[in-house]
Amino acid sequence: MTILRLVGLSHHVAPVELRERVALDADGAAALSRSLAAEGGEAVCLSTCNRTELYLVGIDEHEALAALGADDELARVLYRLSEEGAALHLFRVAAGLDSMVPGEGEILGQVRDAYEAGAAGSVLDRLFRQALHVGKKARTETAIAESPASISSAAAALAQQVFGELRGRGVLVLGAGKAAELAARSLASRGAAIALVANRSLERAQELAVALGAQVTGLDGVEERLGDVDIVVSATSAPGFVLGRAQVERTLRARKARPLFLIDIAVPRDLEPAINELEGCYLYDIDDLEAVVAESLAGRRREAARAEVLAADEAGRFSEWRASREVVPAIASLRAWAEEIRTGELARAEGRLGRLTEHERRAVESITAQIVNKLLHLPTVRMKEAAATADGAVYADALEHLFGLGEERT
Amino acid sequence: MVELLFWPALVAYSEAAVAYIGNAHRPGIAGRLGTWGVRVGWLVQTALLTVQAARSDGFPWATWAGSLNLFVWLVVGAYLIWGCRPRYRLLGLAVMPLAALLLALARIGGGTGLATHSRYSSVFLVLHVGLVLAAFAGFTLAAGLSVLYLWQERRLKKGAPGLLRLRPPSLLTLEALSGRTIVFALPALTLGIAVGFLRLGEDRERFDALMAVTLLTWVVYGAYLLLRYELGWRGRRAAYLALIGFALVITVRLALPVTHFS
Repeated sequence: MTILRLVGLSHHVAPVELRERVALDADGAAALSRSLAAEGGEAVCLSTCNRTELYLVGIDEHEALAALGADDELARVLYRLSEEGAALHLFRVAAGLDSMVPGEGEILGQVRDAYEAGAAGSVLDRLFRQALHVGKKARTETAIAESPASISSAAAALAQQVFGELRGRGVLVLGAGKAAELAARSLASRGAAIALVANRSLERAQELAVALGAQVTGLDGVEERLGDVDIVVSATSAPGFVLGRAQVERTLRARKARPLFLIDIAVPRDLEPAINELEGCYLYDIDDLEAVVAESLAGRRREAARAEVLAADEAGRFSEWRASREVVPAIASLRAWAEEIRTGELARAEGRLGRLTEHERRAVESITAQIVNKLLHLPTVRMKEAAATADGAVYADALEHLFGLGEERT
Repeated sequence: MVELLFWPALVAYSEAAVAYIGNAHRPGIAGRLGTWGVRVGWLVQTALLTVQAARSDGFPWATWAGSLNLFVWLVVGAYLIWGCRPRYRLLGLAVMPLAALLLALARIGGGTGLATHSRYSSVFLVLHVGLVLAAFAGFTLAAGLSVLYLWQERRLKKGAPGLLRLRPPSLLTLEALSGRTIVFALPALTLGIAVGFLRLGEDRERFDALMAVTLLTWVVYGAYLLLRYELGWRGRRAAYLALIGFALVITVRLALPVTHFS
């Protein structure tokens, strides 16, 4: 049986200076897989910013590494796994268990892309399809990917706790820096409408407003527009508060009891903490959001333990499938041999059976076929069971020896 | 037969209550088990009520305990309309233990058995008791939603730990559902009271304390709708008002029926 092998490196064993030497884009990974499998065998190359891994069946590992351009320095950090170990590794990768942030979703798409672009035969096809199944199962049956893993996604998730769907909710962005943009984009990706960008420098505000499809105002025009929006994101570099409790309080009547959700990711803070005391106002500063993210990541790590069990179970199943394939040829030979005897004996008895009607002939055919099936049923089941306990090859050899399968018959 | 149906209903409601407690601790399979408990329990209780109706001589839920049985069925039925969604399972934590407890109380009071003849006509009882109980079931759910709203609002204000672990429906959803439930429940109460007054006039019976508190309940929920839809009362204030109304519902349900049903 050809061995399934994995050779590769990831952020766990190699810094970016090493990883970038063997990093491939999608086309490069696909071309490498196809060229490795060109003379037989199977190959899939999974290359992301955190890992480059080659999954090989029937292909020499050294030849593959040479094609990848791995030198001695890289060879020292590469991990090499085979069969169940390789399967478990891929299943963990697909489930997001090997990622920097447990449960991150991007890796599953990358595994799918690598599989579709690779040169998978029967073994890698089964391996990658099962990996995609594990990836989905881990995300649906555990909460590993449920909670946010960044400040901006935590802010958006909290806003959803107040408003539900964010579609159509107006957002006011205070500041025009990177942090403000990230938070605004996270809200926009969930359907919120960025209505207004306010900044001390109107020029920078204009750039961000164009990118987000919003209007622009100076910081002094914020109060009068506060009644129109539902969410405020603040990330200016102002030394003091940009928005105070009194300003927000004055707009409450115009808001007609609509909640106001405020995110302050600036240090020093932009929004006066006392705003949170106003009815219908929910204010979160950077510490609040970091606490939410930390708790969320801790939750993901707890869920990771459950996902590990899923991955291990599936790796065991893959291993059983591999083992069962060892005995398939022997079982097929045994059945072919039995069928050959059955049809041979029926042909020899043709003279005596010639007087039978068509109906009676079919009955004899059926009875003999049933006898053969019943005789072979238990050995077939036992062979498959033995294969699952790693004794498959021994049983297959014994079967071939006892029945002379594969030998010349006279 | 009613015996055979009462116990499975009680067990299913109790199972749902326990499962919802488990779900609050660790969301997942316990929540799904809870939802199935609610569904199965409600179906079995529906069968119980059907058998009671078919075999009783007259309206089987005219007594205090009988009306409690019907009330539980209405509350759980109303909860089932949207309660099966994962985010509403926290509401089940408030509804299902109460449902199990009240069903057990109904049984102790003899409300799950077969009824004897009532001096009132079945049509009157179906309209009066049915409508008032349907309204009370709606108010109970609105109260549950209001409690959930206040709890979640407090968590969001305080930035409480586990904010994203236990995720009930959003504040706006809870608030809107509570208002909508009262919009449907108040007309039912109005009709139920009107039928009761018509009968009162015909029989020349005296106005009792239960009727006074029921009228006060009607006033409170009427004020709720007026303040909410005309003056824009939302959020905490609206939730507290719904709970004041519910306190009156509890008073009517548990404290005063002794006089009204005598």
